[in-house]
Amino acid sequence: MSLDALVEQFKQKDEKAFETLYNMYSKSMHGVIYNIVRDNDIAEEVMQDVFVKAWHNASSYSSDKGRFFTWILNISRNAAIDKTRSKNFKNSKQNLNSDFFVDILETSDSLDNSTDAIGIKKFVTKLAEKCKKVIELLYFKGYTQSEVSETLDMPIGTVKTRNRQCIQELRTIVLKNGY
Amino acid sequence: MDIKAYIESGILELYVAGALSEAENKEVYALMQQHPEILQEVLDIELAIVELTASVSQSTTRKSLELIKKTLGFNGTDDAKVISIAKPKYNWITYTGWAASIILAVGLLWTVTQNNQLKSNIQTVETQKSQLEIEIEFAKTNLDKAKTLISVLRDENITQVPLTGQGPFAATYAKVYWDTNAKRIFLDVDGLPDPPQGMVYQVWSLTLNPLTPVSLGTLDQFTTDDNKIFEIANPNQSEAFGITLEPAGGSASPTMEQLYTLGVVASS
Repeated sequence: MSLDALVEQFKQKDEKAFETLYNMYSKSMHGVIYNIVRDNDIAEEVMQDVFVKAWHNASSYSSDKGRFFTWILNISRNAAIDKTRSKNFKNSKQNLNSDFFVDILETSDSLDNSTDAIGIKKFVTKLAEKCKKVIELLYFKGYTQSEVSETLDMPIGTVKTRNRQCIQELRTIVLKNGY
Repeated sequence: MDIKAYIESGILELYVAGALSEAENKEVYALMQQHPEILQEVLDIELAIVELTASVSQSTTRKSLELIKKTLGFNGTDDAKVISIAKPKYNWITYTGWAASIILAVGLLWTVTQNNQLKSNIQTVETQKSQLEIEIEFAKTNLDKAKTLISVLRDENITQVPLTGQGPFAATYAKVYWDTNAKRIFLDVDGLPDPPQGMVYQVWSLTLNPLTPVSLGTLDQFTTDDNKIFEIANPNQSEAFGITLEPAGGSASPTMEQLYTLGVVASS
């Protein structure tokens, strides 16, 4: 079944379609949320909320506005940022470190059980610093192209091409792992 | 349009990131529909990003989906069947809890109803009590009156004067108990019929030589008085007593045609 058809069924509140999409994207959403909140349990909780919210707001998604993955990615980033702004969270996490997603990959031991993660880990550690930042800001933090351009003091055109090069490299790793 | 250059521009990577404007998103979507190469490129980019972001996740739990499905109230899943093993116990506790709270609620309602019922009962009893108190008071007054009468009747200074029916009123009668010391009479008019509307009985004290009537007043309370015994002041040296029927308010002198009863005081 095509992804479009699956998303269409999800919009019609099909429980099986929801479950399939959850299995496809929940780990990614957890990763993105974890990168922001830096707490496994909180990330799990926020991720659950995100999928519940997605189900309730399924009718508001429209494919001509963007990818379904992008839509739920956006919900996740916003939910995670909202979480970090909550009072309870601020109290428990006085000094949230500003490390990038790559630091998680580099310091993590629990990734050893996943072959594709090992591949990605090797890949990101070899990435140029600016490339890491671009990926971090665009995919993990949800910056717009002009925001990235401002933050990294880089023309928008460069942001686009550099990002494309980084993603191209990433794709070769993913393909190598059988996708 | 140069599809290859469009792909190489890096706009599709930003599209997947959600970093484009709404207008740009619509444009990319439209091009994806027209050019399969663009769609395939987007799918490949998306897959790479899904893998990249997933690699950051250190999630070890598999419980989230179950929790979400439970939150959303999904049914007919394998997970639901697994849960169903533990269900009876859960249900037993739940039902017992509900049953207990329903019983408690019904009990409370019943108590409130009872309380209101009792309050209304108390009110009824209070009303009955005050009615009885009034009746007792009434009875006491009656008893006092009766005692006074008895004491009067027993008094040896009392002069009894029977008044007999006169002319067409021969069937009527009355009786005067005259307490000369206290200068009062007790008039028993139980033998008189109720006066017609607008008329009253008037009591007269008479001296016989010459025949002089002195009014002792009218019996305005005749119909409402229970025992038909009236206490009337009488300072006169009466030689006889008479009762006539007069227009309401009484008359200056007795109407002899309407003389009901008459009695002469026995000279001692």
